[in-house]
Amino acid sequence: MISLAGRDILHAWSRFVLTGMGLGLLIGVTLSMAGIYRGMVDDAGALLDNSGADLWVVQKDTQGPYAESSSLRDDVVHSVRGMPGVARAANVTYFTMQVARGARDVRAMVVGFEPGLPGAPGELIAGRRITRSHYEAVADVKTGFAVGDTIRIRRHDYTVVGLTRRTVSSGGDPMVFIPLKDAQEAQFLKDNDAIVNERARNAANPALNRPGLPGLLEAVTDAQSSNRNVNAVLVQIAPGLNPEAVAEPIRRWKHLTVFTRAQMEEILVAKLIATSARQIGMFLVILAVVSAAIVAFIIYTMTLGKIREIAVLKLIGTRNRTIAGMILQQALGLGLIGFMVGKTAATLWAPIFPKYVLLLPGDALRGFVVVMAICALASLMAIRAALKVDPAAAIGG
Amino acid sequence: MHAPGHGIRIEGLRKRYGEGSTAVDALKDVNMQVAPGEVVGLIGPSGSGKSTLLKCLGAVIEPTAGRMILGEQTIYDNDWTMPDLRALRRDRIGFVFQAPYLIPFLNVTDNVALLPMLAGQKNAVARARARELLAALDVAHRAEAQPSELSGGEQQRVAIARALANQPPVILADEPTAPLDSERALAVMRILNQMAAQYRTAIIVVTHDEKIIPTFRRIYHIRDGQTHEEVGEGRAIDLAPLPA
Repeated sequence: MISLAGRDILHAWSRFVLTGMGLGLLIGVTLSMAGIYRGMVDDAGALLDNSGADLWVVQKDTQGPYAESSSLRDDVVHSVRGMPGVARAANVTYFTMQVARGARDVRAMVVGFEPGLPGAPGELIAGRRITRSHYEAVADVKTGFAVGDTIRIRRHDYTVVGLTRRTVSSGGDPMVFIPLKDAQEAQFLKDNDAIVNERARNAANPALNRPGLPGLLEAVTDAQSSNRNVNAVLVQIAPGLNPEAVAEPIRRWKHLTVFTRAQMEEILVAKLIATSARQIGMFLVILAVVSAAIVAFIIYTMTLGKIREIAVLKLIGTRNRTIAGMILQQALGLGLIGFMVGKTAATLWAPIFPKYVLLLPGDALRGFVVVMAICALASLMAIRAALKVDPAAAIGG
Repeated sequence: MHAPGHGIRIEGLRKRYGEGSTAVDALKDVNMQVAPGEVVGLIGPSGSGKSTLLKCLGAVIEPTAGRMILGEQTIYDNDWTMPDLRALRRDRIGFVFQAPYLIPFLNVTDNVALLPMLAGQKNAVARARARELLAALDVAHRAEAQPSELSGGEQQRVAIARALANQPPVILADEPTAPLDSERALAVMRILNQMAAQYRTAIIVVTHDEKIIPTFRRIYHIRDGQTHEEVGEGRAIDLAPLPA
């Protein structure tokens, strides 16, 4: 038996292909939305991977340093290093800012790190590591900086000495790594006018500028203009130990909050990007409904255009299931063309997106199954109309 | 007399639409007999019951009472005797319509081969049968063409080939010459007569077309749901091949 659906598609292939392409662009948007979600999850994983930590020690009762602000004194790291099971620990700071690049700004997460310890940038794709204590930076290639460029952060210029790749914040912003001390200063550094005003305010405060207590005012002013805080302590544990077993004593004895890798993933994926994920989920549902409506409309109108032929087919003895199969196959064919166009389009335009779009083969396969299911469902209305056609309609004008 | 058990025979066929006071008797007492190889005309004014009779004969609506014998088999005796009317239409009744109604997405060969394929024949066998019929109807040279590429006359010949594809004992032709000029209308009638003789098929032609009425040896007039047979003395119009 010949394929009636195949012949019909070949007969009107241009209309079919154009319709499939239109549907395909919609499917491409749907796949891209799924890819954006996957990219966000992957960015979160990359953030944790790049930190090189097994445990994150943060301010008590906070979910920092990525989901909430967290502030620790920078000497906490020494006591953490002394805890059982801790192999290495390092201070780290994170703050997001607009970094000037030529005439334009680039949004970046500035990371303060201690060279050679957890939190340092991983493999470089160009340049070298930071070797000086101040004013050198390693930047993610997505910032657009090249080795030798100058980055202005607050009041200081930093020379880019190396480039990394896929070092991003949970929000997808590329990272710029600078020495910890510089980052601590930059995070809380006030402008000159603010410092002068603060000094005058302190001098006018009789509690801070007491007669007979020389040095008090200078000590307070000095404390206010310097920063000894960090956002987290990144910990690597000794090989073979259970992270939770190392974390628990730190929580109990140091009165700090400690997260393991699994807990941090939970915070990043289930909490930090949960709203975005729901947003994307809503888009996916709407796009699926719109796709189904489009396929249903197209197949229905195509079927209505063949009512006379269907009546003749039924009159000459074509089974209902053959006619239903023809319409179903056309809907699936439309879905197949749409999916191929959509997958190709999504693959082509994914690199152009400002955020990372991760198109997983598994998602594509699931998307294909969903598209086919939607097309099959969408064809039901047309099949119903076709099966209601009276073969007698072919007789008697 | 016609050989019993062949062609089609209709006895006391009735069809009533509706019930009670709104009931309408579209067919009251229809009696017909068409022998194999014979072409008869069925004529009557609008509303006389022609279409209803054709639909009953085509097994697309159920008569109210009567008897229909197709070939050697009684297909209706106050009820359908065959459970699968779709198979009955496919295998034992051919249809030719006012317009050819070819399937636009199948080429000429597959339009004809579709019926044998639907009946379960292999594609190659069905296509061979289609090519044989197309050759008999002088359209073999358009076998691979799409219906939209054919002239009106060629399309009607392909439609006739399709009606003959499963070698049915009867063909029902519904106004097959209505859109054609005299010359082409007579050409179609010539083909139907040739095919009826060649394939021993009984053909009933429903028509209003005055120009082809003289081609019938027998005509059934239908009026107020009843048939009356009129037997002519011979064709008033010669159906010898027309000049090309």
